[in-house]
Amino acid sequence: MSALKIKKGASRKSAYDLRDPNSEVIETHTLAVTVDNEAGVLARVIGLFSGRGYNIDSLTVAEVDHLGHTSRITIVTRGTPAVIEQIKAQLGRIVPVHDVHDLTVEGPSVERELALFKVHGTGNDRVEALRLADIFRANAVDSTLESFVFELTGTPDKIDAFAELMRPLGLVEMARTGVAALSRGKE
Amino acid sequence: MTRQMTGARMVVQALKDQGVDTVFGYPGGAVLPIYDEIFQQNDIRHVLVRHEQGAVHAAEGYARSTGKPGVVLVTSGPGATNAVTGLTDALLDSIPLVVLSGQVPTFMIGTDGFQEADTVGITRPCTKHNWLVKDTEKLSETIHQAFHVATTGRPGPTLVDIPKDVQFAQGSYTPPAKSKTDHYQPTVKGDIDAITDLVELIETAERPIFYTGGGVINSGPGACQILRELVDGTGFPITSTLMGLGAYPATGDKWLGMLGMHGLYEANMAMHDCDLMINVGARFDDRITGRIDAFSPGSQKAHIDIDPSSINKVIHVDLPIVGDVGHVLEDLLRIWKSRGRKTNSDALKNWWKQIDAWKEVKCLTYRNSDKIIKPQYAVERLEALTRGKDRYVTTEVGQHQMWAAQFMGFDEPGRWMTSGGLGTMGYGLPASVGVQQAHPDALVINVAGDASWLMNMQEMGTAVQFRLPIKQFILNNERLGMVRQWQQLLHGERYSHSWSESLPDFVKLAEAFGCKGRLVKDPAELDDAIQEMLDYDGPFILDVLVEKHENCFPMIPSGEPHNKMLLGEVEATDAIQGAGATLV
Repeated sequence: MSALKIKKGASRKSAYDLRDPNSEVIETHTLAVTVDNEAGVLARVIGLFSGRGYNIDSLTVAEVDHLGHTSRITIVTRGTPAVIEQIKAQLGRIVPVHDVHDLTVEGPSVERELALFKVHGTGNDRVEALRLADIFRANAVDSTLESFVFELTGTPDKIDAFAELMRPLGLVEMARTGVAALSRGKE
Repeated sequence: MTRQMTGARMVVQALKDQGVDTVFGYPGGAVLPIYDEIFQQNDIRHVLVRHEQGAVHAAEGYARSTGKPGVVLVTSGPGATNAVTGLTDALLDSIPLVVLSGQVPTFMIGTDGFQEADTVGITRPCTKHNWLVKDTEKLSETIHQAFHVATTGRPGPTLVDIPKDVQFAQGSYTPPAKSKTDHYQPTVKGDIDAITDLVELIETAERPIFYTGGGVINSGPGACQILRELVDGTGFPITSTLMGLGAYPATGDKWLGMLGMHGLYEANMAMHDCDLMINVGARFDDRITGRIDAFSPGSQKAHIDIDPSSINKVIHVDLPIVGDVGHVLEDLLRIWKSRGRKTNSDALKNWWKQIDAWKEVKCLTYRNSDKIIKPQYAVERLEALTRGKDRYVTTEVGQHQMWAAQFMGFDEPGRWMTSGGLGTMGYGLPASVGVQQAHPDALVINVAGDASWLMNMQEMGTAVQFRLPIKQFILNNERLGMVRQWQQLLHGERYSHSWSESLPDFVKLAEAFGCKGRLVKDPAELDDAIQEMLDYDGPFILDVLVEKHENCFPMIPSGEPHNKMLLGEVEATDAIQGAGATLV
């Protein structure tokens, strides 16, 4: 190697950052993408992921600014650090994309997902389901003599855990929204 | 005061306001109102192609030889789907295009109407951006945005899909100055700290090299001028990708020739052994890098690129600089000069001594013949007889393309048009149509192979109709030469479907199209044949029968690094093995 010296991350405007670029460790990142709310914008984002072989673990999208016609797309994705950087750079290239924030590296953030669970059962199972729902602070939003629909908000892990507990108690159907996330603090 | 007009008139008005003088297109039901407006004006010339793919390649040739965006007009359905190959080609080579496509009326969209296709859906991954305009009020502004997006940042193709009822309806026209260009404003100025870091590297590097690409040419003549000043000032060697030929003159004494799979030995060896690689507007394409984990192992790499996604996509670089090549090089040159124009001149002398030793290998040597025309010889003679003329060269894709890149020299940008990223056979003939349209008095030559040329040969009709005196220089080996070469090297000489049986008689074909042709197979007659082609006042097809099984060398075999180049036939046996065999 030569004796040449370069400051790492010398260009602040680049996709380069200070983590080990050659790491093969698969990381999970939550990306918040602000886009113009126009026809086809979601297809552009999803097409980028499928076309370039990236993963989507979860995807949430809704208009967040009616006057400005912008939507927020929250994507949970997986990849090596180099792949994550590529994903962010490629997203930034899409013309109706305003900005891309990597909530996983930009400081602490809160992530929440909403899920609905239909649990079918009678007798002890039914009582147990209700007790667990109480522990998880899930709300029963519909009930019949033989079933409940629980509503639960929380991190994806919490929702996974609740689903596992409900499964032997008669879980018949489940709907999840995908992750919505915001950075913590006033910024 | 807003001006009311129909959507169709708006299209023509918007093109005029964008300074468009030429449109390449093909009419059909869904664009009839626009064609009616074109009929009633004389400011914009419409070049009727014979197939929509030809229109897009012609527009690419126009764009690359002028620096202005190429404009295409096609109808709905098959008109739009035929444009897809050209759009993808322009996307991969970063060529600014605006394609306008007709669409079925808005109330019919989704009903599988006649000649309906989901054009924005189909072209979404092969355009930089596209729009479906459902309201005439928004049409003119959208067209202006399409020009803005196509020509700023990393250039690329855009498409505006215009339903027929939107063309008929009245709306108010928005001029370019009043059109919103939204938040799409790419970074052009590079980070000064990073540029200063690069200057420090330039001052101390022992074995530096400039590795330049199409980004220099896209940045404009000014960028090429600054690059030349920088290269000549520092005395560093320079090599270029296929896309970047002409940014630095081939006659310049720092020029090493093209690099990459069929690049020159000295260029590839210098890339492998350098200690400072300065990538200017290139993207570490796999034709350039060869084996990634053995790519230039001892070097610090700087990368100047306007597209942040190009940084670290393939090769991890030590010093990324995001910005327009012209702006960054300007700052780089200014800072380097202000710090006293320093380089490590002793080390540079040794570096050049090494490079001169590599040059002594004379990697482009081939065994000539006085019985049969060698394709390399044909390109050499074409070069000799046209060098110094006001000349533009296009190519198809394959062996002839590489020989043209190896044996022809380009001293100015925008003189060399070839399909690099997508490798589109059938590119060269329509591209030469577009180039000649933009430069009516220049010499425009398409260096072609017989197989590629047939893919869009219908465009000879366009050339004849519009009196475009394009010269078609076909290296006819009755083979798909590059495919055959790979089958020889990799698939046990089993030439599966890589030969052309029942080729047309190209001379008769020329006559059938209403132009002139000549066949030449004797090396002694080659010069005379080329001269006849050059002297003829009109389109000309020169059918050069060449050695059928000539291979293109030097060559980096698949899966090998730069310093494992094959120089000729002897080394080529069993050269590609293992994982390399799965690469293309």
